[in-house]
Amino acid sequence: MKEKPDVLQGTLALMVLKTLDVMGPQHGWGIARRIEQISGDLLAVNQGTLYPLLLKLEHEGSIASEWGASENNRRARFYRLTGAGRKQLQAETHDWEQTAAIIARFFKVKAEDLP
Amino acid sequence: MRSLRRFLIRLSNFATRQSADQRLQEEIAEHLAFQTEENLRAGMSPTEARRQAALKLGAAQAIREDHHAEQSLPFIENLLFDLRYAVRMLLKSPGFSFIAVATMALGVGATTAIYSVIDATLLNPLPYPNPDELVRVEDDLPGVGAQGVGISVPEWRDLESSGIFQSASITGTGANVNLTGRAQPLRLSFKQVTPNYFAVLGADAQLGRTFDPHDGTPGYNLEVVISDGLWRREFGADPRILGKTLRLDNDGYRVVGVMPRGFRDQGSTSEERSTELWLGAGFAGLPFPPPQRDTRLGSRVVIARLKPGLSIAAAQGHLDVLVASLKKQYPAEYPAQTAWTVRLIPLSETIVGSVRQSLFLLFGAVGLVLLISCVNVANLLLAKASARGREIAVRQALGAQRTRLIRQLLTESLLLFLLGGIAGFALLFCTQHFLLRLVPESLPSSSDISINWGVLAFALAVSVAAGTVFGLAPAWLMSRVDLVGTLRQEGRGSSGSQGRARARQILVISELALSLVLMVAAGLLLRSFWDLFQVQPGFNPDRVMAIQTWLPGPNDPGADIYRTATQESVLVREILRRSRTLPGVENAAVGDEAALPLGHSHRSPLPLIREGIETMENQAPVIDSPIVSPEYFHLLGMPLERGRLFSEQDLEDTPQVAVINRAAARTYWPNQDPLGKRVRLRLDSRELFSSPKPAWTMIVGVIADARTESLANAAIPQIYRSVYQHPAKDLAIFLSGQLDPSAISARVREQVQSIDAELPVFHAETLDDVLSSSLSVRRFSMEIVAFFAGTALLLAGLGIYGTISYVVNEQRRELAIRLALGAQRSTILNMVLRRGLGLAAAGAGLGVAGALIVSHLMAGLLYGVSPNDLPTFAGVTLVLATVALAASYIPALRAMLLDPITTLHSE
Repeated sequence: MKEKPDVLQGTLALMVLKTLDVMGPQHGWGIARRIEQISGDLLAVNQGTLYPLLLKLEHEGSIASEWGASENNRRARFYRLTGAGRKQLQAETHDWEQTAAIIARFFKVKAEDLP
Repeated sequence: MRSLRRFLIRLSNFATRQSADQRLQEEIAEHLAFQTEENLRAGMSPTEARRQAALKLGAAQAIREDHHAEQSLPFIENLLFDLRYAVRMLLKSPGFSFIAVATMALGVGATTAIYSVIDATLLNPLPYPNPDELVRVEDDLPGVGAQGVGISVPEWRDLESSGIFQSASITGTGANVNLTGRAQPLRLSFKQVTPNYFAVLGADAQLGRTFDPHDGTPGYNLEVVISDGLWRREFGADPRILGKTLRLDNDGYRVVGVMPRGFRDQGSTSEERSTELWLGAGFAGLPFPPPQRDTRLGSRVVIARLKPGLSIAAAQGHLDVLVASLKKQYPAEYPAQTAWTVRLIPLSETIVGSVRQSLFLLFGAVGLVLLISCVNVANLLLAKASARGREIAVRQALGAQRTRLIRQLLTESLLLFLLGGIAGFALLFCTQHFLLRLVPESLPSSSDISINWGVLAFALAVSVAAGTVFGLAPAWLMSRVDLVGTLRQEGRGSSGSQGRARARQILVISELALSLVLMVAAGLLLRSFWDLFQVQPGFNPDRVMAIQTWLPGPNDPGADIYRTATQESVLVREILRRSRTLPGVENAAVGDEAALPLGHSHRSPLPLIREGIETMENQAPVIDSPIVSPEYFHLLGMPLERGRLFSEQDLEDTPQVAVINRAAARTYWPNQDPLGKRVRLRLDSRELFSSPKPAWTMIVGVIADARTESLANAAIPQIYRSVYQHPAKDLAIFLSGQLDPSAISARVREQVQSIDAELPVFHAETLDDVLSSSLSVRRFSMEIVAFFAGTALLLAGLGIYGTISYVVNEQRRELAIRLALGAQRSTILNMVLRRGLGLAAAGAGLGVAGALIVSHLMAGLLYGVSPNDLPTFAGVTLVLATVALAASYIPALRAMLLDPITTLHSE
């Protein structure tokens, strides 16, 4: 059970950070819904796995949380990006783009291109 | 580094686990509420809304568990869980727990006790820095069968300059000195040492200084270093003691230093190790003989510190080269037939060499007791397994992994063993004052034995190791249950217990075998001790007391009022005359310390020059030569075999006479009549000044052999001389009759001091006490081994009782059916008893084989009994069989009285 979540969690963490970056402070359910909306049916995220991740990110200091009221006045825990989280997002975005670019280049290569 | 950080994070999570889990739970609940609300808005029914929300979220419990496993330390958590469970299990069956813990407490406590003795004696015998560098240098003359003949001052100087040693020092082996100028003359034990002695040991004074190692005074330098004990006891820890003068044997010595509290002198006897005064001397000027190569300083030893990094073997090699070149250089001083050699002995060896074997024996014995305790507890654990078979089967059926089960069972047994170990240590700690009193004083470093942190660490380590080893097997066997069989059976899980039953039998057999080994060892020791106690010593110690005194010997022989035998005889005759008037005294005699049977700590043999055989002292064999008054032989019941004893007419100016024992006659005049033979003994250094040429001494009598050196050894050669012809400083007054040991000492002191007020009177002892304390280490080891053997027997009895009870319980149904079908009750009894006897027979067989090996290993400790002693082996086997039979009888009786109806109904 270690292999799959590792990849997934890496991307999931990036998604969470980006969501918070774009939307500002947000509660857990909000983040889950947002990820679902953007990825559509392409990504079947088990919503429950989000929460351990949130705890972990908070523990690592990338995000912080405090109590607040939701739009329909329900008490909820709101997460926001910290300075460290922003830096991490930048670094990981850069990494991700680089990785994506390398993979993309591999896909473009055809047999006749090789020397 | 990273894994360390992760570990720390996990550790902190572990501490705050509760809150994180709670938080996760809250968040999940909150999320469900949001989603349900959303679903309701989308028009679902409330039930459906909740269901869909939960589906979308996924398995909440699994998420929590995954999170938990990832974020915390499952190992420690499981351990804590197991511990909690184990404590509950122990509390659930307090009887079992108590017996198991008590058994282990006994095993670990006893082992730890013996370890603390070994720790102080064998492991740390020398309380000095770098003790491995310290050696004792012994001169031997194997050509004439003489060992430890002492060194001469020129030889010592050769050693000093040889480059083998950092430094080497000459030291006495402890002697008496009179401290006078106080209310009561005080006899103290002192050592004369070369000024570099403390430098060799690496010890320094707590107050003042020790001697200057470069002090070159030929005789005494008139400086004294005192022990902390003496300083506190006699001088009230006076810080201004330095510079004060002590009058020792009528000479003034300036106190230059006080040794620290923990300082203990080296030496092979407890007397020597409790030396209280050290006098610095060069051994080369008055009152010592002039430093000649062939003048050996008998009864003195050389203690040296090897150059760092030099092994004893390498040093011995260098030394052999030195000896060879010295022999070539001084052929006259080292005649070839004596084959002079110099031997290096590790200093620790001279201290513990004599007790090592006894201590190993004790450690071996206590190891067996520990083993038996462990086996017993393992046995109990297995017995419990049968009751818990169902629980374990159910857990396994619910998916518990086998390793997990083993871990949990192991935790339980470890907890038991650790509790036992701690209890044992606590017991030991509480009773240490009582136990320490049992340790004989003659054991080296007995005063250093303490229950300290190292001992605690040892106890814990032993418990954990034993718990792991002996918990693993039961855990393994317990976890191997036949699931279906056990669960199908309503009652106890008896199927799958086949392996367990066999394991239990093996355990009981080994327990019986081990205890048989111990009992045989104890039996043999007991018989040896008994034989030693019964041995005819060749003298009669009954109703005899010895009381010592010490005549001061000032450094200037001219100032010595007891210099010649004639001078001393006045004192001796007066002491004897007055002693005979004391109440109860029937006879009185005087001898020197060498004449004190079994009580003298050091032999100081003299070279024996036989007329017409040896011409020079350094070619001569050495012989013990006690000095006694004429009444001595009669008082101690040593019968004359030939010739005559001393008479009152043998005086300093009449021909010198001597009496020898049969061993001396046999050794030095084989197949000849020793009567009338003439010998010369090297004179005491003090006598050198009064008579320059030793006169011939004629042998006039032969007495029977007596074991005056050690009860275990046959008599060694002795040549006795009369106190009226040879003065002695170390006098013992022997009194026989109906004596009151508590009062006599004061009476004798009164009488002696009314003759000379400066004479100390000390060490009043009955010879029976001397005799019995000469056996104290033997008695100690015998008693301990006997105690251990008794414990082992008890444990083995309990073990066999438990196993047979278990078997009976297991077969209740079968027995009930047999009874119901008409089996005779006596048949049932026999059946069960036979099982017990079968176990006993197997255990005894194994045990006898083991005991034979052990008894041969300890042959050196036995006296007068063969390691294969049949009566001991037979007797012990009989005792074991009886105990096994008795232990099986109770369950057998229970089996016989079984009520078939009730039993079959209850099943």
